[in-house]
Amino acid sequence: MNPILRQIIIIVVVMAAVLTASAGLIWLERRLLALWQDRRGPNRVGPFGLMQVTADMIKIFFKEDWIPPFADRPVFVIAPALLVVTVLMSFAVVPFAPGFVVSDLNVGLLFFLAMTALGVYGIALGGWSSNNKYALLGAIRATAQMLSYEVFMGLALMGVVILAGSFNLSDIVEAQKNLWFCIPQFPGLVIFIIAGFAETHRLPFDLPEAESELVAGFHSEYSGIKFGLFFVGEYLGVTLISAMIVIFFFGGWLGPFLPPILWFVIKTFVFICGFILLRASLPRPRYDQLMSFAWKVLLPLALLNLIITGGIVLAVG
Amino acid sequence: MNVLFYIAAAVAVICTIMVITNYNAVHALLYLIVSLLSVALIFFLLGAPFAAALEVIVYAGAIMVLFVFVVMMLNPESQTIRSPKQLLHPWMWFGPAVPAAILLGELIYVLTAGSSTFPVNAGVGPHALSRTLFGPYVLGVELASILLMTGLVGAYHLARPEAFRAPEGDDR
Repeated sequence: MNPILRQIIIIVVVMAAVLTASAGLIWLERRLLALWQDRRGPNRVGPFGLMQVTADMIKIFFKEDWIPPFADRPVFVIAPALLVVTVLMSFAVVPFAPGFVVSDLNVGLLFFLAMTALGVYGIALGGWSSNNKYALLGAIRATAQMLSYEVFMGLALMGVVILAGSFNLSDIVEAQKNLWFCIPQFPGLVIFIIAGFAETHRLPFDLPEAESELVAGFHSEYSGIKFGLFFVGEYLGVTLISAMIVIFFFGGWLGPFLPPILWFVIKTFVFICGFILLRASLPRPRYDQLMSFAWKVLLPLALLNLIITGGIVLAVG
Repeated sequence: MNVLFYIAAAVAVICTIMVITNYNAVHALLYLIVSLLSVALIFFLLGAPFAAALEVIVYAGAIMVLFVFVVMMLNPESQTIRSPKQLLHPWMWFGPAVPAAILLGELIYVLTAGSSTFPVNAGVGPHALSRTLFGPYVLGVELASILLMTGLVGAYHLARPEAFRAPEGDDR
């Protein structure tokens, strides 16, 4: 097949799959939360309430798209798009199966970290441009939180890079043929998962939008499809972090019997459910606790993990 | 490749001009971020993907976020924006113009000397770059990290008494 055509087909398939999955997550999250909290959840529209997503989307599209007169108009409009674009860009380096990847960059891992780092702007600027004190407070919290946790996210992954000897995500998956990195890199896995929660600012780390204190945090002033973009961006982030956990620590597409792509999807799905289960079960920490936990516990742990991994690799290899 | 390079370079130049002509601090910073991203793209096109990724992670992703963060917190009023306009008087440009002219001369020389003087598209991957950094240039890396450490200790020292004096629940 024509390589350019093949690449375009891959891009379209990945975009469609990822966007559909994240929209479906809205329904999945509400159903699973209901299950764990002993209620029913949305079950009226279509079989099992599956059409709830469509109903929500129609509602969001037809809502008035209101820009507050005191907002910084151009920044206010571009901020939600920035968030979604950076997360979608990260999917470009995700290897779903051998050869099924949009761009097999040799610095794929760094590309993912770079896009995560840029994702902060969507939230920071959204909160700032709203010109609302609650939004600004939410944005400031989000910026500090995401900046700090990015550091440990990167450090936690360096152990994986040492073991695999490559920044290329396909190579990292291939290096786990004999042993998934979740065993030799267990501290790295734990730190990465915690940092992933903070990066996607999901509960228990959703302080930027803590509704009990900040109205809705950085997206207080957003409505209609712009709010929808923030919403979808969050679920895209959850999907991305779950996919990355699978790639770095659980052998990506590797697995017996089933086709590789199916293994990848199943593993990712398990971690997405984990994200939702943790939301249902953990309370929110205080903001200063969140930050001091990051710098006083996670940073030393990540550095220690890096030093020990490096030492062992040097001693053995 | 050449066309892509010139597009990225043009974006970088236009954005940098917008940075210094814009009176809105946050908008100026946004243009600076775009400018840094286009420089990262230029690195990538020149065959240095590792440098490109680091440019985005470190400059666009961390340092500029802190800039935006600070400007967001201070939120400059319209009077503070107007005052630099009054500060500028006609002879202000003379000092910076001399080094800028030297750089321009260098640029013209390099452009007229042709592309043979510097190798382009050699392709510097993460392995090669790391080997250079931690091989012959390890001393430079260590010196830079000592400098950063000094800055960190200094910042800690400067910030400490303030942090102890601030009462609980202050607008930190």
